[in-house]
Amino acid sequence: MSTSATNARTPGRWVRRRREVGVLLARRAAVSVPLLIVVSGVVFLLAAMSPFDPLAGYLGDRYERATPAQRAELESALGLDRPWWQAWLLWASALVRGDLGTSRVFAQPVAQVIAERLPWTMLLSLSALVLALVLGLTLGLLAGLRPGSLLDLVCTAAAVIVQAVPPFVLSLVAITVLGLGLRLLPIGGVAPPGEPLTAATLLRHLVMPVTVLAISQTPWLLLSSRMSVRQALASDPVQAAAARGLPRRVVVTSHVLPVSLAPLVSVLGARLPELIVGAVLVEEIFSWPGIAAALVASAQQLDFSLLAVLTLASTLLVLLGSALADACYLLLDPRVSADA
Amino acid sequence: MRERTWQDAGRTAPPTPGDPARRLPGSTTVTVLAGVVLLAYVVLVPLLWPEASSQASLSRARLAPSAAHWFGTDYAGHDLFVRVAQGLRVSLTIAVLCALIATVAGLAVGLTAAALGGRTDAVLMRISDAVNALPHLLLGIVLVALFRGSLTAIVVSIAVTHWPQVARIVRSEALTTRAAEFVDAAYLAGASRWQVLARHLLPATLAQASVAVVLLVPHAIWHESTLSFLGLGLSPDRPSLGTLLQQSRGEILLGGWWSLAFPALALVVATLVVSGLASAARHRWAPLADEAQVR
Repeated sequence: MSTSATNARTPGRWVRRRREVGVLLARRAAVSVPLLIVVSGVVFLLAAMSPFDPLAGYLGDRYERATPAQRAELESALGLDRPWWQAWLLWASALVRGDLGTSRVFAQPVAQVIAERLPWTMLLSLSALVLALVLGLTLGLLAGLRPGSLLDLVCTAAAVIVQAVPPFVLSLVAITVLGLGLRLLPIGGVAPPGEPLTAATLLRHLVMPVTVLAISQTPWLLLSSRMSVRQALASDPVQAAAARGLPRRVVVTSHVLPVSLAPLVSVLGARLPELIVGAVLVEEIFSWPGIAAALVASAQQLDFSLLAVLTLASTLLVLLGSALADACYLLLDPRVSADA
Repeated sequence: MRERTWQDAGRTAPPTPGDPARRLPGSTTVTVLAGVVLLAYVVLVPLLWPEASSQASLSRARLAPSAAHWFGTDYAGHDLFVRVAQGLRVSLTIAVLCALIATVAGLAVGLTAAALGGRTDAVLMRISDAVNALPHLLLGIVLVALFRGSLTAIVVSIAVTHWPQVARIVRSEALTTRAAEFVDAAYLAGASRWQVLARHLLPATLAQASVAVVLLVPHAIWHESTLSFLGLGLSPDRPSLGTLLQQSRGEILLGGWWSLAFPALALVVATLVVSGLASAARHRWAPLADEAQVR
């Protein structure tokens, strides 16, 4: 361990690391690009097999009043009479040119829906992620450093129980208790209806969704960091450092923490889907004007053009996130290698 | 082959819900007892009061919990004690069905990969890695949105995204067995690949596979209840726990905390009990499954 750590600082090692990161990212890209193509194709194929008639979605109430001839005419005008692979190719070629299509539910171009809603989603998810990291890592480290202590037992038990509570149940309980019961916090939206959006009202409206999303993501962070610290404490280098008589503070900061935090980066990437799902549910429940709520609305009302783009975008995000996290892990931990 | 090294950091990766069975010695007994009580509730209550959830009565609507209605009543006057039992039954049935299908698919892929090896193995494992990398629930939302209210769509959406983990466990177990001397002996005695597969590899992986079924159930419960909660699940006349929780969204605004509390409690307890049983089972019979990350 100590020799490889020294090697990591020599230039030769870094050059090799960079090449390994390059290999890793190239490999992931080689898998991801076909995967994204297949996923989007499957979404179009499923849409073609679905009993739902896109024309009914387009016309709404007028669908019943339209004659078969009118329907057929409109179908060919909208290009709905094409086989699924033609529709898919047309959609993909428009996507490549930067045209994401138009959302029916929001009566806006898809690109505009995303542009308007992305900042809200970023605000909510990033604040929640930061809070979850602070909570999960701090408690996990403290619990891991003192195995069997009261703090360890309480944290672990709480994490295991919270982990069994789905994010939507957590949200509803928070709304019932904090919002409706104690009337402490607003239960949805970003500002009271009809009132201007100010920093103070936004902050009040942000507290509950951010806390709920953060708490739903804390348990696994806490449990993984706790386990990681315990493994590091039991490892030979740490035992050796303690045996050499180094103060505990030095052992913890320079031997335990680097070793135990590095793998968490990779785990963070692997857990990105859970964060997205959590954001979807929390945004939907708290009427948050973000992308995730738009995804639910597009699924509920079958706004296909929006649904297809958002599905593909979130798949891309998940693949990208996990590749980047693994690349970071590769850079952080000299013992890990890309080829095995 | 696949990049194993950081996947193997999975030992420090998220433990699945319900790890207490590993730490507290008496907890397996408690989990089993809770499981028995839960099963009795789910099976017996709908049998004893079959009419309580079908008869709507507005005069009995939105009653708080009392001696007559332990869990209170919902917006249509259905008794929630019975309704929650039925919801739990629907959720558990779907979850078990999904877990079984995903496990059978994973078993087939894992065994084929291990038995044939070489290029087939590489391709199958690449595919399962790829499927595993997708955001499962989001694809579930798309699938269920396109086939609204279809039980098949719900089951498929969960099963189709969960087989890769089983395939991986089964494959590594089968590979270990394939290297054993009695398999060499079987080949020398003239057995074909498929005979070895059926007589030696399949039996060796069954323990892992059955633990995988139990491990998958809590995840399937979550997926199904989330889909139902978003209004994409089954029709309200066959409510699952997710459907009941979706209905409670309106009820809590009218002060009906019990319509949230009891379905939520049932969901959490069921998740804890099933994953507790799963973790007890895997420690006992299939330590290899410990390495698998199920999500």
